[in-house]
Amino acid sequence: MIVVTALVVGVLYALGTYLLLQRQLTRIVIGLALMGHGANLLLLLAGGRAGRPPFVGSDEMGPVADPLPQALALTAIVITFGVASFLLALAYRSWVIDRNDEVEDNVEDRRIARLADRREEAP
Amino acid sequence: MRVLLVLPIVLPLVAAGISMCLFRRPTLQRMLGVAVMVAVVVTSIILLVRVDSDGVAVTQLGGWPAPTGITLVADLFSAIMLVVGTVMVLVVLIYAIGQPGTSQTSPWFHPIYLVLAAGVAMCFLTGDLFNLFVAFEVMLSASYVLITLGGTEDQVRTGMTYVVISIVASTFFLTAIGLIYAATGTVNMADLAGRLADLPDSVRSALGLLLLVVFGVKAAIFPLFFWLPDSYPTAPSPVTAIFAGLLTKVGVYAIIRTQTLLFSDDGNGTVLLFLAGATMVVGVLGAIAQDDIKRILSFHIVSQIGYMIMGLGLFTVAGLAGAILYTVHHIVVKTSLFLVSGLVEHLGGTGLLRRLGGMARRAPLVGALFLLPALSLAGLPPFSGFVAKLALVQAGLATEAWLIVGVSLAVSALTLFSMTKIWGGAFWGAPDEPLHHQPSDVRLRAPRLMVGATAVLVTASLAIAVAAGPVYDLSERAAGELLAPSAYVEAVLGR
Repeated sequence: MIVVTALVVGVLYALGTYLLLQRQLTRIVIGLALMGHGANLLLLLAGGRAGRPPFVGSDEMGPVADPLPQALALTAIVITFGVASFLLALAYRSWVIDRNDEVEDNVEDRRIARLADRREEAP
Repeated sequence: MRVLLVLPIVLPLVAAGISMCLFRRPTLQRMLGVAVMVAVVVTSIILLVRVDSDGVAVTQLGGWPAPTGITLVADLFSAIMLVVGTVMVLVVLIYAIGQPGTSQTSPWFHPIYLVLAAGVAMCFLTGDLFNLFVAFEVMLSASYVLITLGGTEDQVRTGMTYVVISIVASTFFLTAIGLIYAATGTVNMADLAGRLADLPDSVRSALGLLLLVVFGVKAAIFPLFFWLPDSYPTAPSPVTAIFAGLLTKVGVYAIIRTQTLLFSDDGNGTVLLFLAGATMVVGVLGAIAQDDIKRILSFHIVSQIGYMIMGLGLFTVAGLAGAILYTVHHIVVKTSLFLVSGLVEHLGGTGLLRRLGGMARRAPLVGALFLLPALSLAGLPPFSGFVAKLALVQAGLATEAWLIVGVSLAVSALTLFSMTKIWGGAFWGAPDEPLHHQPSDVRLRAPRLMVGATAVLVTASLAIAVAAGPVYDLSERAAGELLAPSAYVEAVLGR
């Protein structure tokens, strides 16, 4: 089971990274979400094997599941969710402004790059 | 003592909630913000004095002993950073209140700003790696909102870069925490200090470098700095000023904390020195090509981060003391420079050097307020930058790190060149492409609060130079604690 989860984590990171390198904002947002899921699964995986619930006074025998990574993952999920919704709002705002889903170049950077080009051509 | 550690986090958070309910009463919002931040500054100063006299202060939240519970801890380094940070938050808040346009137009500025203050304080005070992640997120979420508060096209475009790169770094942080927990079974930093030492060298190095990348993105060190000069300049001036002064320095704080406490035996010194040199050079060369005041200053943030990493890379008490002194000086000076650039934009209508000119004649006070921190940034005596750079250079010479010392001195000269470029472009001469609606010989008047807040910071940077001896002694004690972390570990774990 742990190997399968580890594989899933790897695939999620790979897909997330691929989408992140695209030029459309929607793909970037989805890529970030996938990477976030990968990280949360990784946290769960960090706790080791599954076991019985870690309740005080429980009569069951056998190894106890580690509750801390689950608590960490829960916190991380909430944070990722909040940030992702903000990002979506921002992407929507960007679309409202110029009806365009692409990541744009920085205007000032372009201007300085053009200056450099012109100097090379000048002599 | 315990309450002193909690107040800098809880006070701004509670006030942020109240401030949000007061969104129809801007005057009350402002009074609340200033009152709370004054209280936080006083608390931090008391905390610094107590930590200096009684040693490391610790409190366990919820009464669970470490490493089970979440620990809040202040040693001298975090207490110093907390005092400087909260003072900046207060001064910039006053500046923002004085600036027509920023805090008046949006009722959400004040609550979000207080959340940012709470996040920054939590970053400095936490003794738990996962709690550090949460603190980063609190701080960053607030900064996402602040940087895009106006919702203009430029702000959305550059804000997007900033948000995406920060989220990627946060995901890496989470990954690092997962891997560290899998390897050691704890996220308490004091506990980790012992347990990481038992790991195989290769695993520990990998974890250490992963954390260095995470905090490197936040601190904007080479080659992870490219987002910074892009995103900072479009935000309103007070927001840029507080970001420039504090946010990257929180990253530097995290680098120094983790590299000294957790990974000090890894021999990362050479890597750090190389990164420091590259950061200085690339940052300062980037600045030379720019034409906008805020963009020039933003590239200089990158360049200056190199000096702090240089002090850490030397891994000596003198080097770290220099790094701490430099960080303190940099926070004050950089914030005041951005506040002045806000004043220039307010008076001149733009931050583009080709459209500005003759400001020294029309607003002499603003000119003086720019000149003092600018010379200090370049490291000219007798200003605070000179004292801080002297400490770093002496530490470098003591460990015979000739190359990095040479680079740091050359970069200082280039910094001076950039500052004279701003001075020549904005304060002397006539504009190349003037904005037509401005008469060129009228005296310009800036709002009093804005000038006052800037003047306070400039005075503070002069005070650091005057009191250089005691401040350096304090930094040296803090550096000593960082390099001998047993007191920190014992205080947290209670053994």
